[in-house]
Amino acid sequence: MTGSTGSTGSTGLAGGTSLPAGGARVLRVVLVDDHRLFRAGVRAELGDRVEVVGEAGDVDEAVTVIRSAHPDVVLLDVHLPGGGGRAVLDSCVPELPDVRFLALSVSDAADDVIGVVRGGARGYVTKAISGDDLVDAIRRVADGDAVFSPRLAGFVLDAFSSGTVEVDDEGLDSLSPREREVMRLIARGYTYREVARDLVLSVKTVETHVSAVLRKLQLSNRHELARWAAAHRIV
Amino acid sequence: MDHSTSQPPRATRARRGRVLGGVCAGISAHLGWSVRVVRAAFILLTLFSGFGLVLYAAYWAWLPIDDAGEDASTREEGRDLAGALGLGALAIGVLLLMSVRGVELFGSWVTPLVLVGAGVGVLWRQSDDARRSALLSDVSASARATTRTAVRRGGPRILLGLALVLLGILGVVASQGDFVASLKGLAAALLAVVGLCLVLLPFVLGWWRDLAAERRARIRSEERAEVAAQVHDSVLQTLTLIQRSAHDSDEVVRLARTEERALRRWLYAPVGDPAATFVAALESEIADVEATYACAVELVHVGDVARDERVDSLVAAAREAIVNAAKHAGGAVAVYVECGADAVEVFVRDRGAGFDPADVPEDRLGLRESVVARMGRVGGSAHVRSQAGEGTEVSLVLPAALGARSVT
Repeated sequence: MTGSTGSTGSTGLAGGTSLPAGGARVLRVVLVDDHRLFRAGVRAELGDRVEVVGEAGDVDEAVTVIRSAHPDVVLLDVHLPGGGGRAVLDSCVPELPDVRFLALSVSDAADDVIGVVRGGARGYVTKAISGDDLVDAIRRVADGDAVFSPRLAGFVLDAFSSGTVEVDDEGLDSLSPREREVMRLIARGYTYREVARDLVLSVKTVETHVSAVLRKLQLSNRHELARWAAAHRIV
Repeated sequence: MDHSTSQPPRATRARRGRVLGGVCAGISAHLGWSVRVVRAAFILLTLFSGFGLVLYAAYWAWLPIDDAGEDASTREEGRDLAGALGLGALAIGVLLLMSVRGVELFGSWVTPLVLVGAGVGVLWRQSDDARRSALLSDVSASARATTRTAVRRGGPRILLGLALVLLGILGVVASQGDFVASLKGLAAALLAVVGLCLVLLPFVLGWWRDLAAERRARIRSEERAEVAAQVHDSVLQTLTLIQRSAHDSDEVVRLARTEERALRRWLYAPVGDPAATFVAALESEIADVEATYACAVELVHVGDVARDERVDSLVAAAREAIVNAAKHAGGAVAVYVECGADAVEVFVRDRGAGFDPADVPEDRLGLRESVVARMGRVGGSAHVRSQAGEGTEVSLVLPAALGARSVT
């Protein structure tokens, strides 16, 4: 979409039209969380930097809203009445491949996180994230990149480092040295830009690495991943 | 005797070293006598018209089983069979002895009664094992395999026991009259038993269902009580405190953060022992720092190691670095821990103003000296990386001590 003149992101947005902001399209977002108060808080934090086109409080409602609104990005709570975020992903991802999902959770439980990511979410952030960072994450996810919180990066390093398994043909069961470095820096709390500077790479390359890791996380069928996640919940 | 415990120790049946039901072994352990003495006593008592046997059966029925000290590895498959053979030989010997003394073996009630006794023994012993398996399967799902094994091994034993009892009853009946009539009587008895089972089946099933339902309800109510206790002790208390100190935003953040940490640990976290592992120790230090400085410290860790003196130094150094980040930078502090095969690494990153290494403030220098010196003493290293406007990162590396760790 091309930008029309006159409007910027700083002007208040009204109605359902997508106004261009600084040459970029204003992203249309659906909030899915069972706590109304939390949705209101996120909506206020996002302000007019994105357009919230719908809200839902449970799985059925979420699927209906996402189908009718067809947003760019869905902010999806991991824990939802009616089957959890995973159920929303399972019914929406195959049918609406261009809708991107960003998981938002207070849960530290590894199998929750791994579950939604394997279900098709493009990223995972904690609810403690600041408004600016959240907007940034939404843009990134809308662009098709992956968003990893330090905690998710830690999960990935833990899951893919435990034990030495033989690598399969596609290399899905291990991280490349470069990917491992990127994950380590993200786990240390570095932003993509800082990672890029530290490793003397372009931000785009860092994004490529993170997306590759996300793909491995989603496609790897190594048994350790499931077992590891289960063990981390029970232990 | 230990006076601090109000309950005297109970006599139990021992699993370890048992021959039949573990009664003698259990009593000998309880009284502190030798097993041989107890066994001899029982045999002696048996000579008084079988009183010892009755006593033994009574103890078997009433004493609880003691499972301590018994696991799968201490049980030998062969011992069961050897024990059974030994007992069988003993029984035959006793029978022969009695026949020598003039007691008629065949056509009298003696042999059938021995058969019934043996069958009952086999069945009771089996029920001990079955109960033990049920106990195990409650504890962990992985024991389900154990249960299956017990059932598979238990099946023949139950059949054997039933056959012995049946044979014995048949013998008793046959010794009283002619065989064919006794067979008819047995068939009639069997029919009666089957009929009784059919009549009682609905009652037993209903009773079983009630029992299961009651058990579920009890587990639920226990869980609810635990949650209520946790919520009352922590969340409600904290909410009250927050209301009282609503004017002090630092205090509110501190309270909320402390509570969040406690609740999270209760809900998700592995129950690590701060005295045992590095990450658990660091976590408790972080909780302490957060409570003192009203900041949020996010800990991400990969792997864990056991504590020793060197690791303790690393914990202390990491705490110092985190305190410094909290004091000078405030806001969010990210801590990343990676426990690899050849080193433990800790990274403490803040988003504060940072500083120019050329223009180090006095206390920063203090941090650097104390952290670097501390790490140096245990063969590790510490680096401080900072740039004005970029925040600060302290990295600590503790190489695995090859010689020290392999020697216990």
